[in-house]
Amino acid sequence: MLKEGQVRIPSGCAISGMMDQTGAVFTGQKIADSIATMHDRSNGLGGGFASYGIYPEFKDHYAFHIFYNDLQSRQETEEYLKANFVVAFEEKIPTRKIPQITNAPLIYRYFALPKLEKLNDTELTDDDFIVKFVFDVNIKIKGAYIFSSGKNMGVFKAVGYPEDVAEFFKLESYSGYIWTAHGRFPTNTPGWWGGAHPFNLLNISVVHNGELSSYDTNRKYLEEFGYVCTLQTDTEVVAYIFDLLLRKQKLPINLVCKVIASPLWDQIDRMSPKEKALYSSLKIIYSKALLNGPFSIIVTFEDGFVAINDRIKLRPLTAAQNGDMIYVASEESAIREVCKNPEKIWIPRGGEPVVAKLKQTNTNEIYESKEVTA
Amino acid sequence: MSLNYLTPEFKVIRDYDLCINCKVCMRQCANEVHSYDEQLYKMVADDFKCVNCQRCVVMCPTHALTIINHPQDFRQHANWSYDTIRDIYRQAETGAVLLTAMGNDKPYPIYWDKMVVNASQVTNPSIDPLREPMELRVYIGRKPDKIELDENLNVKTQMPPQLKLEVPILFSAMSYGSISYNAHASLSRAAEKLGICYNTGEGGLHKDFRKYGKNTIVQVASGRFGVNREYLNTAAAVEIKIGQGAKPGIGGHLPGEKVSEDVSETRMIPVGSDAISPAPHHDIYSIEDLSQLIFSLKEATDYKKPVGVKIAAVNNVAAIASGIARAGADYIAIDGFRGGTGAAPKRIRDNVGIPIEFAIASVDSRLRSEGIRHTVSLIASGSIRNSADIIKAIALGADAVYIGSAALIALGCHMCQKCNTGKCNWGIATQDPYLVKRLNPEIGYKRLVNLVTAWGHEIKEMLGGMGINDIESLKGNRLMLRGIGMTQKELDILGILAAGE
Repeated sequence: MLKEGQVRIPSGCAISGMMDQTGAVFTGQKIADSIATMHDRSNGLGGGFASYGIYPEFKDHYAFHIFYNDLQSRQETEEYLKANFVVAFEEKIPTRKIPQITNAPLIYRYFALPKLEKLNDTELTDDDFIVKFVFDVNIKIKGAYIFSSGKNMGVFKAVGYPEDVAEFFKLESYSGYIWTAHGRFPTNTPGWWGGAHPFNLLNISVVHNGELSSYDTNRKYLEEFGYVCTLQTDTEVVAYIFDLLLRKQKLPINLVCKVIASPLWDQIDRMSPKEKALYSSLKIIYSKALLNGPFSIIVTFEDGFVAINDRIKLRPLTAAQNGDMIYVASEESAIREVCKNPEKIWIPRGGEPVVAKLKQTNTNEIYESKEVTA
Repeated sequence: MSLNYLTPEFKVIRDYDLCINCKVCMRQCANEVHSYDEQLYKMVADDFKCVNCQRCVVMCPTHALTIINHPQDFRQHANWSYDTIRDIYRQAETGAVLLTAMGNDKPYPIYWDKMVVNASQVTNPSIDPLREPMELRVYIGRKPDKIELDENLNVKTQMPPQLKLEVPILFSAMSYGSISYNAHASLSRAAEKLGICYNTGEGGLHKDFRKYGKNTIVQVASGRFGVNREYLNTAAAVEIKIGQGAKPGIGGHLPGEKVSEDVSETRMIPVGSDAISPAPHHDIYSIEDLSQLIFSLKEATDYKKPVGVKIAAVNNVAAIASGIARAGADYIAIDGFRGGTGAAPKRIRDNVGIPIEFAIASVDSRLRSEGIRHTVSLIASGSIRNSADIIKAIALGADAVYIGSAALIALGCHMCQKCNTGKCNWGIATQDPYLVKRLNPEIGYKRLVNLVTAWGHEIKEMLGGMGINDIESLKGNRLMLRGIGMTQKELDILGILAAGE
């Protein structure tokens, strides 16, 4: 039987995300409590978290979180890493032994910057240098998998229920201003640590509840731009689509959302000439970046996140605001668990993004299309 | 030739209990199979002349007629088959190339039928097209890498010209000359009604159909028939025809007897003169030459229309397509070896080229590996028989499909494969005014609209089953296909997994 990573695994899931728009940090206990509420939306075969703002002492370094199957893959990766990077600090990621999490790989983290001469040799930007390094390790070094590669952020994931993963990684000891979480429900796999969410590339991380029918179309489109999908897991393409459109092509986040969950042609046909030109061009140029099939996703960046459903809302998503805190989750219960009485709570419509941003970087309030009483 | 060793191919069986001697069969048959025997007081048939077009069978008011394959056969021989022996007799008599029509009928594997389509169950809900929106609209044309916007979100990108299709189906190139005025009238009107395009083929654009310009693709073939600035600018797109699936590597020949006054005016050639399309374009002997023609046509149309290139599916089709994309084509139409035609040498029709299934998969893969797939559109053709073939073609990598034979069958074609004789009893592949009238364009257009509408519904149903609500998300989505009964090599070229994987 092919193992996960060699085959695509359909899965259900739960997602939760929260952010303090002032940039104030809070511990991982809150997100763990939130995602634990949705225990039954997972089956113990994958859980994970992403947090932003957790490494202030190394905020300018790329933080690589790496799984190793064995010492040989670690040695091989570290040689490659140190040939290309100046490593400021490295350590085994602290974990707690608990009976619920077993068969853990070796889990290390490295805070590193590209060596200038290596960077100059490649004629790549810093970020593209990192992307190449991540793909190289994940494709070429057997038994090694870089699952987090951003700055001042980190992904923590494992095979297990998300609340157990939080305990395993001691997330109560980390403090960040954005936290996202995922509980996974794969249907035909023994589970793989790398297959758990979030998926990450540079500072973009994604948690996903659903399954992308368009995966193969998206994957092939991305390959044309140099992305390599190594995981055969549909969510991987979301991270790369956002990296391509947001980071490389510099589209505004709201328009990226209109690519992945585009307006229908019927709607575009009724738009004003200016809007029609914009949305029809987006739809024609990026038709293969449309995400089809059921999804509710939270895509996180260093200064905020966006939560969005597929166009016909085949998966649940609820959003809430309380003061400077923004919450999104698959179920309202996951929000009320950590915020009893939010000022606003609503269910976003299919394809309508909830965008939350740090106040110092963008004064825009959260974006919502239409409030629906929850 | 005094000796003819051939026996009839078909046998006309008449139920004399039902026959009322009304002579409809006699009037309907352009091949003069039926006649009334004044001495016997009954209708009789000359089996030799029958082509099994079934016009008489359908028109007989009492259903008295049946046509069957003639039971007379040769002694059984696995190597020297009935067709093989007959072909030798025919060539021994005539010394001529054997002509035939309407597609390779040899029993090569049909790979469409060795592929099955996915459907969602539980983990990913299927989508009900009766309740949810389904999008089949596609745009054919070159796509830029990225969108450029100004600070007010005005689009700065100069979008290359696009051909808008409400369903991913176009009517294949069929020239005025090879098919009738009424067939063209049906196709052009149906294309307008359906929001798709039909293709004039290499025969020029009849003045009556210029009003359907926005739904017309005009061809520039090696004969350059009917090509002028007005012709190019009337159309929605221009297509350079290099080859076609039914006869790759050879030219075309419309016999002078088919060049009527009307055909003459449309093709811009003298009445009664043979219209010879050379095998090559005499100004294209390299990919650079093709590029120059593409840009000449873009210049002539002010860069407002997509310019495509049609080629036959042949051995190195992926490399050829890559060159064409780099030569500036906005779309590439690839025609498989089962593609239909009005007339082709039988040996070429039956033995040259490759199946469209492999061609489209290998072209899509090649363009993708070169990072240029998203810049050019692909149209697949060559015996697209139903909506499932379309789903599979798009999943293998096509943006849209051309349908030719299927459209003609919708108009009444019964696949007698005798288009080359010009005696099409259904009024389709003929210029005989008496026969042309048999195809009522009002009825023909409705039948085409019905066919494509029905296929559109079926495509939506299958898309919904896959959990997809936009045809764009099926393009190149080969995970939606599984192969049955294929070798690993065939699966690898098609880029699909075996059923059960």
